[in-house]
Amino acid sequence: MSRPWRWLIPLSAVPVLVLLAYGFRLNPRDVPSPLISRPAPGFALTGFDDSTVSLAALRGKVVVLNFWASWCYPACYEEAPVLERGWRTYRDRGAVVVGIDIQDKVEAAQKFIRDFTLSFPNAQDVTGKVSIDYGVYGVPETFFIDRGGRIRAKHVGAVTEDVFRTHVERLLAEPG
Amino acid sequence: MTPELGYGVLIVAFALAVYGGVASAVGARTGRTRFVLSAQHAAVAVFALVTAAFGLLVYAFLTFDFSVRYVANNTNLGTPFYYRITAVWGALEGSIVLWAWMLALFTLIVIVKTRDQARDLYPWVLTAMLAVLAFFLLVMTVAAPPFQRLSPVPPNGRGLNPLLEDTGMITHPIALYLGFTGFTVPFAFALAALITGRVGDAWITLTRRWTIVAWYFLSLGLLIGGWWSYHVLGWGGYWAWDPVENAAFMPWLTGTAFLHSVMIQERRRMLKLWNLGLVILTFSLTLFGTFLTRSGVIASVHAFTQGAIGVFFLAFLALVVLTALGLLAWRWEALGAQGELDSVVSRESAFLLNNVFFCAAAFTVFFGTVFPLLSEAARGVKVSVGAPFFNQVNVPLFLGLVFLMGVGPLIAWRRASLDNLKRNFLWPVALGIAAAAIFFVLGVRSTLAVLALALTVFVTATIALDFFRATRARLRLGEPPLRAMGGLLLRHNRRYGGFVIHLGILVITLGVTGSQAWSVQTETTLKRGDAAELAGYRIRFDGLAAREESNHFKVVGTFTVSNGRIGPTAMRPAKKFYPQEQTPIAGVDYWMGLTEDLYLVLGDFARDGTEATIKVQVNRLVSWIWIGGFVLTLGALLAILPERKKAT
Amino acid sequence: MTPLRAFALLVAAILVPAPAALRAQQPATHVGEEGVYEIASQLRCVVCQNLSVADSPSEMAQQMRAIIRERLAAGETPDQVVRYFIERYGEWILLAPRRRGFTLLVWILPPLALLAGLGVVALVLRTWTRRVPAGRIAGVAVDAAMRERIRRELETGP
Repeated sequence: MSRPWRWLIPLSAVPVLVLLAYGFRLNPRDVPSPLISRPAPGFALTGFDDSTVSLAALRGKVVVLNFWASWCYPACYEEAPVLERGWRTYRDRGAVVVGIDIQDKVEAAQKFIRDFTLSFPNAQDVTGKVSIDYGVYGVPETFFIDRGGRIRAKHVGAVTEDVFRTHVERLLAEPG
Repeated sequence: MTPELGYGVLIVAFALAVYGGVASAVGARTGRTRFVLSAQHAAVAVFALVTAAFGLLVYAFLTFDFSVRYVANNTNLGTPFYYRITAVWGALEGSIVLWAWMLALFTLIVIVKTRDQARDLYPWVLTAMLAVLAFFLLVMTVAAPPFQRLSPVPPNGRGLNPLLEDTGMITHPIALYLGFTGFTVPFAFALAALITGRVGDAWITLTRRWTIVAWYFLSLGLLIGGWWSYHVLGWGGYWAWDPVENAAFMPWLTGTAFLHSVMIQERRRMLKLWNLGLVILTFSLTLFGTFLTRSGVIASVHAFTQGAIGVFFLAFLALVVLTALGLLAWRWEALGAQGELDSVVSRESAFLLNNVFFCAAAFTVFFGTVFPLLSEAARGVKVSVGAPFFNQVNVPLFLGLVFLMGVGPLIAWRRASLDNLKRNFLWPVALGIAAAAIFFVLGVRSTLAVLALALTVFVTATIALDFFRATRARLRLGEPPLRAMGGLLLRHNRRYGGFVIHLGILVITLGVTGSQAWSVQTETTLKRGDAAELAGYRIRFDGLAAREESNHFKVVGTFTVSNGRIGPTAMRPAKKFYPQEQTPIAGVDYWMGLTEDLYLVLGDFARDGTEATIKVQVNRLVSWIWIGGFVLTLGALLAILPERKKAT
Repeated sequence: MTPLRAFALLVAAILVPAPAALRAQQPATHVGEEGVYEIASQLRCVVCQNLSVADSPSEMAQQMRAIIRERLAAGETPDQVVRYFIERYGEWILLAPRRRGFTLLVWILPPLALLAGLGVVALVLRTWTRRVPAGRIAGVAVDAAMRERIRRELETGP
């Protein structure tokens, strides 16, 4: 091998190192959802207060669909008050917050709802069908559904006031 | 007090390591042995300090010193005594302490053994080892300090990750780290060889035992990891091609290639460049593995926390790779190939093929592991690369390697005459083919299983034939049989140590083949009194019991198991609920047998104990994997024995 | 049949059928519901790290298996069931990437690397065997005992 070509050996390592460095900017647990801009899968569950919680009945409203669990600490505990406040603020403007509890025990879930005095509809997805229908792979995950029933955004992790407000205001501003 | 003391000790150790590395390099360049001597003293001091830091950490754990954040995060008042010690290396910061301590110990051993043997190489070896040590000490003082004060001091700690409450936890990291740090030594020698230009065989001869020992412990670490996965994680398998498993497997693959190709350099003075490159690659892969498990760049079972530490490791990896490969390119001419061969059919070729296959397998594992990263970087789409991919691409390579294991040790150097081939391989090949036919007739329909078994028979036959012939030669000289065989093993301990290691690999291959080809499983929900049946076993659900343990809550299911040969016996798989964990941990119950394991995992259950879901597995030949580990140990011990002087 | 050809044939006999055989290979045979577990073993358990839905003991995996069971019972083909999951989770849910498009790369490069390695070895061997000097020293008389010693020396390794 003539003089310059041998330097290819150390140089060939550079692309690999660059790729690994790029990895720092990514979160391996953050899987993009293929459901964005698609119609939200329908569901009808029995709420913790025995009422029916169904997506079809909410057509025309902006829906904030939140998947949670009582064992999901600390994220679900951080966002529960945010969701409750958001619900109280926006319910008169045509938005509704719906919580779906997954992989949980009924008593623990009910305690969670009591502890945070959640007044928005909550139901338990016993078979897991709804969460899998939405491609949920962890908690908490929140979907923002527009008036026409399309999923417009998905937020993985605890929802903050900012995130809630931004998405809901944007979707409320759109015509029904 | 403890956090500050520990931190101070580590800072001093770091400063001394840096000083030692520089001093040794200066001594090497200027020829002033005074500097090298001073560096030596610094290295001894570093060892003492790191030992002290380690001891301090253990003490903090044993005395429940929750003022140290690391102790509070990894133990609580309920953690049993022995796990309090092993918890020291149970998480990120402590594992680095363990690594650094081993590195310091090895530096000491290298000093003692090498300072009189290789005057030219020695100072640079010392520099290299101290440089690596300095890096780990830097991590311990800046990026992931084990001694951080937690204030206010909490009344109780968080507790050890329950998956780590297992005997495997005690031995797996130790074995694995001995392997990883062990490879630092041949690497340091390789660097020294490149820097001084003494790229002959000295560096290989001096590190031969290090390589075997490091290789052995890496193998052991992988096997224990498999054992732990099988017995603790509760999914019924021993290897999942998880990124962290891959991280340890890659250096093992290239390390095994290295172990073999140095024999060509020793015997025929060829492949100098390749061997240097291979050991650099192996050490780099150990760093890469550490980076992978600690940076969070690729999600995995094992991943410790994310954070700045990943950047540190990547930066160091980049430094090592670019420097070492740069040195290699610089010394290119001195490494001119002097190879000479009479025929393509020769041991040299077999060893070259061995290297190609091992490196192809390492490349496969590497590419598959980083491919999700590549996919996301190139087109923003997340993909998974899991077991089906790795199995499909790697298994043919492994089968090829098993075949080469039979050919390599017996085929002649330089040129294998037809006579040589016939003499050594006719019978084994015939036996292999016969075995394939027999297995097929016996009902084995899986092509791969037949192939794997036939190859195992082939290789065993080559080993047996060689041993038999050699023993017979000695018997002819009038030696009694046992003394003949024993003498043979001791006189040619490297060769026969290698054979025994190969036998160990064959036993493991047998275990893997059996468990992959013939295991069965089923999953059912049983009411109390109902029974499930699988492979002749009858498993009856008797009931559930709840129990409070020192640091967790346990629900135990009682199942009465019987089959034709064994009378009704109780098995108790459990589900353990730890307060600090979100989901319950499975407590598997199993029977280990020579031909098959019965394996029970408790799934969901009704609160009132009337119903339970149970997963039953009958895993065949899995025990042979662990037995193979023992054989491997014997072989490694034999191989590193001091060589007897050969009779003239 | 030269030794080289015999050697190459043997190696090929091992490597060639293996990938095809592997594709037909299944993990630990699941007794009862083989269909469900065959599909489940292709999917990644989303709450675990790197385990398949078939292997995972987690609750989510159980729920996913239940869905597979139902859909198969309702008459869907395995392909349709897999596609159901891909539509919700993306390609990420497949444990082994598809053999088309960009992901074909991960299937092709390793065998290519192997071939490249074999090519390099072939080149190296060619160079090494060519170095043998043309005029060898005329055969020194070697008797049988000497020949035997030489043979044994060459065969027994380090």
